[in-house]
Amino acid sequence: MPKLNMNPKKNPMPAQDPKVRAHNFSEVATGYDKETAIDEALRCLNCKNMPCSSGCPVNIRIPEFISKVKEGDFEAAYQVISRTSSLPAVCGRVCPQETQCESKCVRGIKGESVGIGRLERFVADWHNEHYSGKPEIPASNGHKVAIVGSGPSGLTCAGDLARKGYKVTVFEALHTAGGVLVYGIPEFRLPKAIVRKEAENLKALGVDIETNIIIGKTLTIDELFEKGYEAVFVGSGAGLPNFMRIPGESLKGVYSANEFLTRSNLMKAYKDNPVTPIMKGGKVAVVGGGNVAMDAARTALRLGAEHVYIVYRRSMEELPARREEVEHAKEEGVDFRLLNNPVEIYGYNNPDDRRDPKNGFVTGIKCIKMQLGEPDEKGRRRPVPVPGSEFDLEVNTVIIAIGTSPNPLIKSTTKGLEVNKHGGIIVEEGTGLTSRQGVYAGGDAVTGAATVISAMGAGKTAAKAIDEYLSKK
Amino acid sequence: MYKIVNKKSLNPTVTLMDIEAPFVAAKAQPGQFIILRVNEEGERIPLTIAGYDREKGTVRIIFQIVGATTALLNSKKAGESIQDFAGPLGVPTHLEGLKKVCVVGGGVGCAIALPIAQKLNELGCEVTSVIGFRSKDLLILEDEFKACSKTLHIMTDDGSYGRHGNVCVPLNEAFAAGERYDQVIAIGPLIMMKFVAAATKPTGIPCIVSMNPIMIDGTGMCGGCRLTLNQDGKKITKFACVDGPDFNGYEVDFDEAMSRGMMYRDFEKHAYEETCNLLNKANAAAAAK
Repeated sequence: MPKLNMNPKKNPMPAQDPKVRAHNFSEVATGYDKETAIDEALRCLNCKNMPCSSGCPVNIRIPEFISKVKEGDFEAAYQVISRTSSLPAVCGRVCPQETQCESKCVRGIKGESVGIGRLERFVADWHNEHYSGKPEIPASNGHKVAIVGSGPSGLTCAGDLARKGYKVTVFEALHTAGGVLVYGIPEFRLPKAIVRKEAENLKALGVDIETNIIIGKTLTIDELFEKGYEAVFVGSGAGLPNFMRIPGESLKGVYSANEFLTRSNLMKAYKDNPVTPIMKGGKVAVVGGGNVAMDAARTALRLGAEHVYIVYRRSMEELPARREEVEHAKEEGVDFRLLNNPVEIYGYNNPDDRRDPKNGFVTGIKCIKMQLGEPDEKGRRRPVPVPGSEFDLEVNTVIIAIGTSPNPLIKSTTKGLEVNKHGGIIVEEGTGLTSRQGVYAGGDAVTGAATVISAMGAGKTAAKAIDEYLSKK
Repeated sequence: MYKIVNKKSLNPTVTLMDIEAPFVAAKAQPGQFIILRVNEEGERIPLTIAGYDREKGTVRIIFQIVGATTALLNSKKAGESIQDFAGPLGVPTHLEGLKKVCVVGGGVGCAIALPIAQKLNELGCEVTSVIGFRSKDLLILEDEFKACSKTLHIMTDDGSYGRHGNVCVPLNEAFAAGERYDQVIAIGPLIMMKFVAAATKPTGIPCIVSMNPIMIDGTGMCGGCRLTLNQDGKKITKFACVDGPDFNGYEVDFDEAMSRGMMYRDFEKHAYEETCNLLNKANAAAAAK
């Protein structure tokens, strides 16, 4: 066994040059090679009590897989990860490891934690590239389960149940499987080929994925039970985009982040000669400070914007996006205008010509400066407008990335399904069971907009509970 | 894949297709819509459902060839398939309990107005239909409307068929004569619906309009289809895909909807021309063989 690597710093993640990548949609981070992966793995102390695993929502046995990487047995490492995670190539890229597994790493006390996410990504990519074997389809246990939505929670729940011998059907409203992984997260952060591969891996396990079926419209939850499904998992995602309710939000050039990203990611508007249009170029203001706002800003840059602002009403300290995404955005030239809040969007209006084609297009936004006041109920300091500090920014596209509200389609067509005052489905902690027998839920449909990995954790919890419920039946 | 089991040209720019989509056919109601993609690279477009056959499992769409995607759709023959067909989406038109209704259709909007008129007739409601077209060449569904309407007014902008004038002419005459409909349901170009709502408003008769804004997912996820309603002096944002497509015609901000509908006009024009050129080339190549 080679010696431990006591370097206090992580092996850096190789990435495209910011000046180059700001103009292309190829993946930003290019990934470790074999040697770097082994070198990074050798930084792991293999702690017996595995503090890192306790920070992982799906409890991957992290030191175990890293030990296999140390030995150069990458396929064995993959097998360790895939015992508990259905989407390793996805999580290795989009999990906020710095607040989860890596935040518990003992190496992080005096230096940087082990690059767990980077190693996970390396192992998953190695498997996808080199492994050609077919997974064993587990013997059927005769039970049928329906999954609503093919996003991270649905795919995880489907994978866990299929491995236990359940006949699983995933119903997806859109034309492609993956949910937010395909419509929301951009290609440069998560290549769609990886999502496709993960969906194929599930199909190889015997999972059926039915696209173009909108549960709540095409079929209801009750009809799924009539069709012989014995349990249903609802992972339908966050749904309706929130707007700010300020004047000018219906002008041409104002998008929700969901619409802007869907046009670019799902509908491929970023390609040359796209069939789905999107506004490109000019000056862009993205309102909000989450990961979705970073994705929208960086997508706008890549689509050819001259200048992209992030307009966020709190300061950098409260900004909820992952540090890594913020750093990437800054390197690429995104202009952060913090402690600012838009109060109005201006549009072009030619009073002499109602038919002027420029009429109704965005020309700018009025913002007001903010300062941080007393902490609110969540402990975050509340932003307060500074009177008389209004100023204008000239932009022609405004992207609103201030969160979403749950989609009403399932709630309105499922009797007895209880939701909270925000519209999120109410579930029992530890099982994901809803107020309806046999109906489980998880992910953003329950919590409101959160992370991919927490949705996966919820899918996993529900799979376990569904298994217990149906094995007793 | 979803098979085109029947295709018929209703006039030079309007085509009817019956698509095999049993899940959609089983649930479809008048006023609802579907989202389709013609091929794997295609754009998602919404089309309102023009009819359905639950036994055969088919859904009828009637569309005007106005852009790249409708041109591409029109190039498909009966027996061929389209990539995606999802629905039924939106809230069905509320028709129960109505005794006397005026259904107003304009242009290809008549295709959507028809199943509503038919359903009302089935429910025992007295239906007056007013259908308007630019000219005689563009007339569609005359016999079908005749069969389900007690009174049918056909209007053309140029007077080449039926009466000369727009759909508001017979509507205003009926109101002047003291006609009290339970409801006016208008489906057609935004400008037509705006005027029908304005003509109806003084009577206080409820006026329902069917909105067809630009959409992507159609399930409430993107907000691209948002429109503004003026309710008691307050401006309210609604999503046509989940809250509609039917709205109170008195409340809809039609001018904003018209402006938003033009957002991608230049792009659309270019894409349409390009698609037509490609289709013409393909046709010429096929003819040369």
